Amino acid sequence: MTLATFFQHLLNALQWGSFYALIALGYSMVYGVLMLFNFTHGDIFMVGAYIGFFVSSGLVAFASLGIIALPNWLILVLTILLAMLLTSFVGMLVERVGYRPLRGAPRASAAITGLMIGIVLETGNLALLGARRRKFPILIETQSYQLGPVTVTNTKIMIVFLSLLLTLALHQFVRRTKWGMAMRAMAYDFVVVPLMGVPVNTIAALTFGLGSALAAAAGILFGVAYPILEPYMGILIGWKAFVAAILGGRGSILGAALAGFLLGFIEIFVAAIFPSTLRDVIAYSIILLILTFRPHGFFGEPYSAQLRL
Amino acid sequence: MEVQEKPAPPAEAIAEITFLAKVRYFGRAQYKSQLAPIPLLGWLCGTLLAVVIEQVVGYPLARALGLPGIPGLFGLRIMLAPLTPLFGVLSGDVPDLLSGLRMMPNEFVLIPSAVAYVFLVYVLPTLAVARLSASLANRVAKQLLDRFPLWVSLIVHLGLFYATMHLWGGISAYRVLILRYVLISVILTLSLNLVNGYMGEFSCSHPGFMALGAYGASILTVLLFVNDDVFGAPLLPPALGPFIFPLTLIAGGLLASVGALVVAIPSFRTRGDYLAIISLAFMFIVKSLIENLEIIGGPRGFMNQPKWANLPTVFGWMAICVWVIYNFTRSTIGKAMCAVRDDETAAGAMTVNTRRTKMVTFLFAAFWAGVAGGLFAHVIGYINPGTFGVYKLSEILAMVYLGGLNSIVGSIAGAAGLQLLMEVLRPLQLFKWIVIPVLLIVLMIRRPMGLIAFTEVNIKDLLQPRRP
Repeated sequence: MTLATFFQHLLNALQWGSFYALIALGYSMVYGVLMLFNFTHGDIFMVGAYIGFFVSSGLVAFASLGIIALPNWLILVLTILLAMLLTSFVGMLVERVGYRPLRGAPRASAAITGLMIGIVLETGNLALLGARRRKFPILIETQSYQLGPVTVTNTKIMIVFLSLLLTLALHQFVRRTKWGMAMRAMAYDFVVVPLMGVPVNTIAALTFGLGSALAAAAGILFGVAYPILEPYMGILIGWKAFVAAILGGRGSILGAALAGFLLGFIEIFVAAIFPSTLRDVIAYSIILLILTFRPHGFFGEPYSAQLRL
Repeated sequence: MEVQEKPAPPAEAIAEITFLAKVRYFGRAQYKSQLAPIPLLGWLCGTLLAVVIEQVVGYPLARALGLPGIPGLFGLRIMLAPLTPLFGVLSGDVPDLLSGLRMMPNEFVLIPSAVAYVFLVYVLPTLAVARLSASLANRVAKQLLDRFPLWVSLIVHLGLFYATMHLWGGISAYRVLILRYVLISVILTLSLNLVNGYMGEFSCSHPGFMALGAYGASILTVLLFVNDDVFGAPLLPPALGPFIFPLTLIAGGLLASVGALVVAIPSFRTRGDYLAIISLAFMFIVKSLIENLEIIGGPRGFMNQPKWANLPTVFGWMAICVWVIYNFTRSTIGKAMCAVRDDETAAGAMTVNTRRTKMVTFLFAAFWAGVAGGLFAHVIGYINPGTFGVYKLSEILAMVYLGGLNSIVGSIAGAAGLQLLMEVLRPLQLFKWIVIPVLLIVLMIRRPMGLIAFTEVNIKDLLQPRRP
């Protein structure tokens, strides 16, 4: 592999990893704050992509009809914001309906509930919208630039930049705001926190809402990069991002993002070096090895140091 | 003086759940007087007579009632058939709505016929024979238990049960297929219940074990007994095949156990949550490995397995599996499993070898998942790696949690229940996959551990005669 192809692969890996990173953030937050595997999250990603599709299609239709004159980049920004908001409502609804009744139950039951809600979302999408795949409207004209031997497109830069921006924003939110402190407190000690006057239900809803918003952003960026949407797009990417979230360590925002990018790197580089059909085998074997030697993830605490409540 | 002990509470609870529909019509006092004295032997004789009646007069009776043929699954699909055009509309199939609506009255008329058929052929003979033969059955059951060892009584009951199944399935190939899938699912659910329920770990690797067992058994069978393009001429005479088949199944199961080492060894260093990831990674690895091995077909799948998994074979394996797992859970290591789930540190302090317990449980459960996979491969004679992915995982998890954790009866009920539910809801087409998850969500919210959780049924109590 020459240096040029290496940097090309690096750029592709950064883009591919940003989807994993954004979705893994949602998994990691919910796991950290509520000690819960939210297996619906991949399908929330799909819901976010579809909501983005409808919002942007609607705005593009309005613009073409002359009702509102909006430049395409503004439509994209509005789409992202609106879809993040709407999908966060969907996420909070899922939490209210599916997870809150199971607050005290064994975590495996909540995981099953999550799986089932995911199936309902997929089948509901298929039933309501039909089996025809939807095409995300092209809002950004792809322009390639040549940085030496490496081809860079503006969409790739935008995706990587936005995902890093959102990760840092989330990190600052969790570190510096009062809500973030409440989330970290709940991750630290779930039992005592309500005794100190922190509204547990609100924090749980906020966690789910934030995670879903990020997944929606990932969905729209995915739609920008790969414009074909289908109801089952969230399954595989969701499970892989789940692996990345746990690899990053419990309750660690930067760890989840790092692990998401790492998973992207592993997949792209393994496909580049080895025959690409062996991608999953080698990538997951590497992850298995990492987990064997560092079971608590990158930035997680060792089991003995965790408060198991 | 002989003291006749009461049936143990779990057995009574199971009996009550099972006979609830009939109890509603009778009332509790009458239930106590009429139905409670009937031992299991009586019920089995009743059901046997019911299916004999179906074999003899089933078809003429169905035609006389206006049905096109014998109802496939207790008439339940007929009862849901009128809803099919409605669900077609919701999926967007408007042109068929009119023709569907025109057909609806015809389909509604069939419902009372189906109900009448079920009542006349299944319910009435079972109840009548069971009730009338209650005292005789009680005497026979008592004699069986007193004069012979326990296993004789068990074999008699199993034989009657199998005869019922065989005759019921003899009506159509569809029924036999459903029965075989249900029994294979029972084995799968039991094996996952060992890991999830008794040992309390959340393991996502069972589709991987099933795949290893399926491919292992298939490769051996095809290598040894089938004239195949890839593997060449059979190495052993094909006539020997059905007798060596159990050995190939065991070989597949052992292959799955070896695969389980990959999950078990990292599991010592990790705790519950990370085991989920490791087992998930294992499942993806196995699926991807199989897809990359062109010699066994890769993504196209592996075929030409002889269809040796007929109903007696599958039933026999299921009976052995239930018996072995029943004994396993009541053995020392079974109690060690439960101790490790409840509090691993305390168990370790109380001389439980936690590492060995986890290892043995994983390998044992993987063995049975491999056997189930091998049987699954030989039902239709085709497997492909896509079957053993995330959907299979959701299905097995749903069966375990529907039935109940830490309970053998629960696993059997969950497996049979979900498989039958999936078949019965076929008229709903796509909405089957909304109704079933919603049912499971509601169930999880109401009873997070499953329907029949932490309930054990003593086999000896099941076979006891009931006090009149």
